Amino acid sequence: MATVLLPRSLLALFPGAERRNELAGDDVDSLITALDATTPGIRDRLVEEGPRLRRHINVFVDGQPADLSTPVGPTATVHVIPAVSGGEQRPAAWRTLAPWTGSPRGGSEES
Amino acid sequence: MPDVQLLVGTPKGAFILDGDPQRRDWSLRGPLCEGWPIHDLIVEPASGAILAAGGSPWYGPAVWRSEDGGTTWSHSSEGLSYGDGDGGTPIATVWSLATGPDGTVYAGVEPAGLFRSADGGRTWSHVEGLTNHPTRSSWQPGAGGLILHTIVPHPTDPRRVWVGISAVGVFETRDGGATWEPRNRGVRADFVPGPEPETGQCVHKFAMAADEPETLYQQNHCGQYRSTDGGLQWTDLSRNGVPSQFGFPLVTHPRDPSTFWVIPLTQPEDGRFMPDASAAVWRTTDRGETFTRGDTGLPQEDAYLSVLREAMARDTLDPVGITFGTKTGQLWHSSDEGESWRLVTGNLPEIWAVEAVVRD
Repeated sequence: MATVLLPRSLLALFPGAERRNELAGDDVDSLITALDATTPGIRDRLVEEGPRLRRHINVFVDGQPADLSTPVGPTATVHVIPAVSGGEQRPAAWRTLAPWTGSPRGGSEES
Repeated sequence: MPDVQLLVGTPKGAFILDGDPQRRDWSLRGPLCEGWPIHDLIVEPASGAILAAGGSPWYGPAVWRSEDGGTTWSHSSEGLSYGDGDGGTPIATVWSLATGPDGTVYAGVEPAGLFRSADGGRTWSHVEGLTNHPTRSSWQPGAGGLILHTIVPHPTDPRRVWVGISAVGVFETRDGGATWEPRNRGVRADFVPGPEPETGQCVHKFAMAADEPETLYQQNHCGQYRSTDGGLQWTDLSRNGVPSQFGFPLVTHPRDPSTFWVIPLTQPEDGRFMPDASAAVWRTTDRGETFTRGDTGLPQEDAYLSVLREAMARDTLDPVGITFGTKTGQLWHSSDEGESWRLVTGNLPEIWAVEAVVRD
């Protein structure tokens, strides 16, 4: 079983969720799916369309940066940590563009 | 007498101000919704639940729901997705909310699209007819992004809904969302040379007149407008006494179809603040033919205030209460339909949204 450690700000969204979780899975994706089975909705908070990890969510497997496809050993420790880069007031730096527009997203409420 | 609540959305969470029946004393609660950026708040008429539209830079978009007046909240984004096709287009945030006459909850998102929920915001389905509109490939964002920021459901016909997208314009469906038509005729797009385009108008906000579903009033990047035929044709009102064509919010009177309020701001190139740095809200009582200035109690010098599109609201009392919030965190309230104003609180974060709720 891998040990998955969740951040405080994520736990605040799911009353009853635990910081430390012992989960079975072959990769990060399957661990998050297992987590969602006990905490419905938590996958949507960590994974965006693609699917891929949300831009400002960092996952480390045994201390190494990981993505959804990163293999996870049976005794691995997995940290889920909000990225420092997510601190903008407006998510101006979100990486993806609407497929129907070539323009970057704005960084302000105004238009 | 009923109590009034003011619901406030900011980039640092939602806030609630509980007012007394006289609308003079207010107590502040917040930040709510775990400090998530909140773009819009509404009350679901059937249940009285508060719904809040937001998106976290870390955790993505969600609609929050409170059934106990804002004390406890749940959140969901189940179904709030364009899917994983073509690499996936993540939804950044939920920008706008509205409820239809059949209880449907609508959510407008960035990048622009519309979702609906038949269970009070717990699960969502994509209104694909709007996303698949033939003009979509030409949609361009405004400075705030490609956002669906205004949703106006018809009050009795659940098949009819109008939406506003920046900088694309107004669309209407008459068949429950299957097909949509632009509703921008007569609206200028001064930033594009050539003849008036079918879409590409920079709508900032529009609202329906009381008890007249075919009468719509619009605050655009390029002026204030009125339509008396459900948006098929718009009439320019911006030479009728307001000091600027530019502005964001517009709210309509809850009972008088001839009355609405706007807050003109200087042009974008000139700073987007209240003209002459002198704060005022402008009211028309004749459908936009003339406007009068309401500024008693508001700062008249050195007031470089800006008010965003969702940051003005009215209650349903008599006289009507008007509230607006500024980008610099001041919340101002008038309990006499905009004649005179009092500062409710002055140190909130940038105010993105205000909603007024009357609770019996």
